Amino acid sequence: MTVYDLTAMQLRQAHAAGELSAVAITEAFLERIRQQEPIIQAFLHVDETEAIRQAEAVDAKRRSGQPVGLLAGIPVGIKDLLCVRGTPTTCASRMLASYHPPYDATVIQRLRAADAILIGKTNLDEFAMGSSTETSAFRPTRNPWNPECNPGGSSGGSAAAVAAREAPLAIGTDTGGSIRQPASFCGIVGLKPTYGRVSRYGMVAFASSLDQIGPMARTVADTALLLEVIAGHDPRDSTSVPRPVPRYTERLTMPPQPLRIGLPREFFELPGLDREVEAATRAALQEFVARGATLVDVSLPHAADYAVAVYYLVATAEASSNLARYDGMHYGHRTAIAGDLATTMSRSRAEAFGPEVKRRIMLGTYALSSGYYDAYYLKALKVRRLIAQEFAEAFSRCDLIAGPTSPTPAFPIGSKVNDPLAMYLSDIYTISANLVGIPGLSLPCGFSRCGLPIGLQLLAPHFAEETLLQAGHLYEQVTDWHRRCPPDPKRMTGTSPNLDSPPSALE
Amino acid sequence: MSLSPDEVRKVARLARLDLSESELAGMAEQLNRILGFVDQLQAIDTTGIEPLAHPMPLDNVFRDDEPNDSLPVDAALHNAPARAGAYFAVPAVFESEG
Repeated sequence: MTVYDLTAMQLRQAHAAGELSAVAITEAFLERIRQQEPIIQAFLHVDETEAIRQAEAVDAKRRSGQPVGLLAGIPVGIKDLLCVRGTPTTCASRMLASYHPPYDATVIQRLRAADAILIGKTNLDEFAMGSSTETSAFRPTRNPWNPECNPGGSSGGSAAAVAAREAPLAIGTDTGGSIRQPASFCGIVGLKPTYGRVSRYGMVAFASSLDQIGPMARTVADTALLLEVIAGHDPRDSTSVPRPVPRYTERLTMPPQPLRIGLPREFFELPGLDREVEAATRAALQEFVARGATLVDVSLPHAADYAVAVYYLVATAEASSNLARYDGMHYGHRTAIAGDLATTMSRSRAEAFGPEVKRRIMLGTYALSSGYYDAYYLKALKVRRLIAQEFAEAFSRCDLIAGPTSPTPAFPIGSKVNDPLAMYLSDIYTISANLVGIPGLSLPCGFSRCGLPIGLQLLAPHFAEETLLQAGHLYEQVTDWHRRCPPDPKRMTGTSPNLDSPPSALE
Repeated sequence: MSLSPDEVRKVARLARLDLSESELAGMAEQLNRILGFVDQLQAIDTTGIEPLAHPMPLDNVFRDDEPNDSLPVDAALHNAPARAGAYFAVPAVFESEG
C-alpha cells in the first residue's frame, strides 16, 4: 500500500513505530498533490518548503525523545477561510487576494500543538457562499470521481483533496451544509459539530450564529481523531462551550443498547429526491436494522418546507453585517480610483466581491432594512424557533435522525451557477442542523450508476457527536463504500481540463 | 413583495456596493425570484412564538480585565492598503469646507 492510501490512524501507527518519518509522509503527499492538482485543483496555496520544515521539526522532536502530539507528522488540508499566520488567507475572494493574517486561528494553534503538518490551503466558494466551489474567484475545483462535476461546497477543496488522497485529513467549515454536502459529493466522511464545540476564533465569519468548523476524512475513526484535536472551549470565542471534550477515538464502539433512528417522513417525500439517493439511503438504514436498530417515524414539516427560506434570510442578514468590515480601509482590496470615503468603500466592494457575495449582501441588507425587518428577518427567526422545537420533539423519541445528505449526487460544473434558487435547494437536508445548532455527520453509503458517491446524513442532539461517530463507525464495519478510491484522473478520457493560471496573489 | 429598480438602487447604497446599471437590473430580477421563494414564510402562523436568534442558550460571558499582549504596530499595518507612518491612510472622512 502506498503512503497516500493510508488513513491518519495508520499513518500515526507507522510514525509511532518508526516505520515512516514525518518528512517521508509529507513528501509522499506533496508528490501526490503535484500529480493530482493539474486536474483536481483542490488547493489554492501549497508551500512545500514550509510543510517539509514542519515535518522536520516533528521528526527532530521525536528523535530527542519528547512526547509528540496526536497528529504527529500527519498532513492536514486547511480550508482557506481559516487564518494561518503569514500564509495567504484569501477566502477565495479578490477582496482578500493578498491578505496575510498576523495570527493563527485557534483551530490552527491546536493543530500545530498536535504536531500536524499544515499541507496547504484549500479552495472554497467565495467567503463560503455557495454549494459547488464554483463561486471561488480563482478557479473551480473538480470532483475526483468525475472531473466534469463539481465537488460540492463550500468546503469543496477540502473534500476533493481528501477524496483524491492529497491529504488524509482536512478542515472544513459548515454554515448550511458546507462540510456535509461536499463530503457526500466526494464520497468521504464529514462532521459538522455542535455549535460551540469548536472555536470559531480566526475563522473568517460568514453567518456567526450558524458557522462551525469541523473535520473531514476518509474514515469515521480519522474524523474522530481530528475532532478530538480541534474541539474545546476557547476564551477568545465567547460562543464556544466550556464542556470537556470526550476521547472520541477511544469510544467508537457502540454501547449495547439498541439505537433508535428517526426517519423524518417529509425528507423522503421531497419531489427533488433522486431515486438512487433514496434507494442507497434506505439500504443503509437496513444495515442498522440488521444490527438491532429500530426505525422511528418522525415528522419535521417546518424543517422540510421552510428551512431553506429561513436560512437565506438569517444567513444573508448576518453576512451583510459581517462583510461590512471589508471597506478597503484596514486590509483587503482598495480601489485605485480616487474618491471620497463612501465612494472609495462602495467602489472597493463592488470591484472585489463576486456576484454571489453581492447577491447575498443585497438580500441580507434588504431583510434588515427599515420597514422590512419584521416581515423578513424577525419572521425567519420565529420559524427558526418552530424548527428547533420540532427537532426537540423528534429527539424525545429517537437517538439519531437519518436521511440523505443531499437530494442528488454531484452535478456538472456550470449547471446551476446561474440559478441561485436551484443551488440553494441542494442544501435542503443539511441547513436545519445549522439553524438548530445540532451536530451532523455525512458518510459514504453508495454510488449512483454513473459512479458518483452518495452520502447518508445522521443528525444528533446537541453534543451527541459521540453517538454520531459510534453509529458511523458501526456502519463502516459492515460496508466498504469508504474504501473505494476515485479513478486516476490521468487515465480518464474525454476530459479536457481547463488549467487556469493561478491567481496573481498566490504566485 | 417585489423590489423596484429604485429600491434595489437604495439597498445597494445601504450596502455600500457601487453596482453598474446592468448589475442592478440582474440583481432586481434575481432578488425578486428569491423574495418570491422566501415569501412562503408569511403563511406560517407564528403568533406567540419567540424569535430564535442563536442556537445555544447563552448568557453573558465575562472574563477578568487583565492586560495582554496586542499586535505590534507593523503587524497590524502589514495588510493596510495605504499607511502613513504608524497610521492607516484613508480618504478624508469629512469634505473640506475650502
